[in-house]
Amino acid sequence: MATTKIYVPRETASVSVGAHDVAVEIARQAKERSVSIELVRNGSWGATWLEPLVEVLVDDKRIAYGNVEASDVAGLFDAGFLTGGEHGKRLGPINEIPYLIDQDRWTFWRCGLVEPLNMDDFLAHQGFKAFQKAVELGPQAVIDAVKDSGLRGRGGAGFPTGIKWQTVADAEGNQKYITCNADEGDSGTFSDRILMEGDPLGLLESMMIAGFAVGASKGYIYLRSEYPLTHRVLTKAIALARDTGWLGDDIDGSGFSFDIELHLGAGSYVCGEETAMLESLEGKQGIVRYKPPLPAIEGLFGKPTVVNNVVTLASVPNIINLGGEKYASYGVNRSKGTLAFQLAGNVNRGGLVEKGFGLTLRELIEDWGGGTASGRPVKAVQVGGPLGAYIPAEQLDTPLDYEAFIEIGAMIGHGGIVVFDDTANMAQMARFAMEFCAIESCGKCTPCRIGSTRGVEVIDRMVAGVDRDENYDLLVELCDTMEDASLCAMGGMTPFPVRSVLKYFAEDFASDVGVEA
Amino acid sequence: MTTEPFDKQVASSIVASFDARPEMLIQILHGFLERFGWISEDAIRQLASELNLSRAEVHGVVSYYHDFRTEPPGKHIVKICAAEACQSMGSRAIEAHAAAKLGDRDVTVEPVYCLGNCACSPAIMVDGKTYGRVTSERFDEIVDGLGESG
Repeated sequence: MATTKIYVPRETASVSVGAHDVAVEIARQAKERSVSIELVRNGSWGATWLEPLVEVLVDDKRIAYGNVEASDVAGLFDAGFLTGGEHGKRLGPINEIPYLIDQDRWTFWRCGLVEPLNMDDFLAHQGFKAFQKAVELGPQAVIDAVKDSGLRGRGGAGFPTGIKWQTVADAEGNQKYITCNADEGDSGTFSDRILMEGDPLGLLESMMIAGFAVGASKGYIYLRSEYPLTHRVLTKAIALARDTGWLGDDIDGSGFSFDIELHLGAGSYVCGEETAMLESLEGKQGIVRYKPPLPAIEGLFGKPTVVNNVVTLASVPNIINLGGEKYASYGVNRSKGTLAFQLAGNVNRGGLVEKGFGLTLRELIEDWGGGTASGRPVKAVQVGGPLGAYIPAEQLDTPLDYEAFIEIGAMIGHGGIVVFDDTANMAQMARFAMEFCAIESCGKCTPCRIGSTRGVEVIDRMVAGVDRDENYDLLVELCDTMEDASLCAMGGMTPFPVRSVLKYFAEDFASDVGVEA
Repeated sequence: MTTEPFDKQVASSIVASFDARPEMLIQILHGFLERFGWISEDAIRQLASELNLSRAEVHGVVSYYHDFRTEPPGKHIVKICAAEACQSMGSRAIEAHAAAKLGDRDVTVEPVYCLGNCACSPAIMVDGKTYGRVTSERFDEIVDGLGESG
């Protein structure tokens, strides 16, 4: 009998709900039944709600089975899943699942499809083609393509990537650096992780292209320590690229030399802020720097440095392959291209949805997400992490567009969307915003360091019913101070979720149900 | 979690594996954590001397980052995600359940702010392994599986 290929993801979310156990059980059953299988540990397609998602290659089709548990495996064999047999958990061919086919997979197209640490598989799926084309085009043409694409920083700030690269390319200096910000700390976000676990070699290629474009010979990845599996994958990917000559001296005979060093963070949220990240990469406390000078002029070790988020970088290879104009044809207004939205929290079908900007929050939450997991009405949605506003249900028709979100006092940030149902106590969430800021503040500026602690106290008094009106005014004033006088977004934007609760959910301050005062 | 008591020679070899570069301090501290489980005063002293940094500089870094515990942890470490996505799926109830369940066991329980598993909330991490879709029952299964050593 021919060998059957079976795919079981090795990806944090999938493994967190039992993918390893499923893989082990499949191998055991196959042995027991004397059937020949090849187990491939792929990345995740991002349809996290279906994890563990097992696929079986039948003829040319990958037949998917969703939410497979180890205890299902014997039954799957009995049902003939090696030939795509019927079973309660059979979903059909992977490329016919609406959640996946209705997406615009520009950046994440290899995730789920390939075996992440298999160089042959990577090369067979356009691996390093964009790098080779970049070398042919030359540095300035690469930067121009990125400018034409309209790509903006996907870490949250939305700064035009091409302009950043141009600044570093034009800066004086014999040593320049590419730094990849993989400190994905916002609650509700996991797109960087899915990319790094599912297409690590693609990220390395992206950094090589960036290095070639700006004249940098060294890259750093700053990865958060909460991602141990990602750390193992990236460590192996870098070693693999070095062993096969795709990192190191004179890569692919191009005359261009580049190497990448992987650094782990150590549990500090503020190290996702670019200058704090640079401090941390230098082995110091992650304390925010004053700007200017911009990192593009004086960054890591005082040298011109590109700081880009994982998804920003990983969007570049296809911009080189297919052209900047093609990328810019997705999206709306000044929000060009695609964003990997992440549906999280109290949502029925959580996962990653890469889609051109412009669809509405409602479309994402209802059409893709299928509403709340609890089946109760949506009360609030926090977009863009802990510093993002809580958006009330009546604003769900806002289009996902950087500027449209700014208009309603919210932000898209890194594209994380956390859904809360009507049992959520929003005063508790406002308190948490201040508490989180107090825990994570780097301590350099007073509004953030002290303001956050005072914020918790003021909210506690409001909830306890002590001088509620007076404390309301005080909280608004405190938010003004933090917003106007903080050094970075940590203190400067913590007021956003707090203000949104004051504006849309003020009645929650009057009820102390579930609030720890 | 298998760790060993602090040992100067082992510590030196970890420092050497990073070529004693001062900018690798955080990476070296992770190496110490993996090997010894926590960062002792002796470790700080030795790092300062081998990396040519002041003790204040090393202490500053150790105390700045949440990961670098300065006291020995329990036999097992349970981190419960306390960030927004997990809160929306009832992580506060898991925290309360964990406190009641593990109160008298040699287990360190601490909050963590996002494990990046937000589509499978609530999430926890036990001895470096992430678990999703955690209920009280599943929590019990996971920690009971740690065995009597805990």
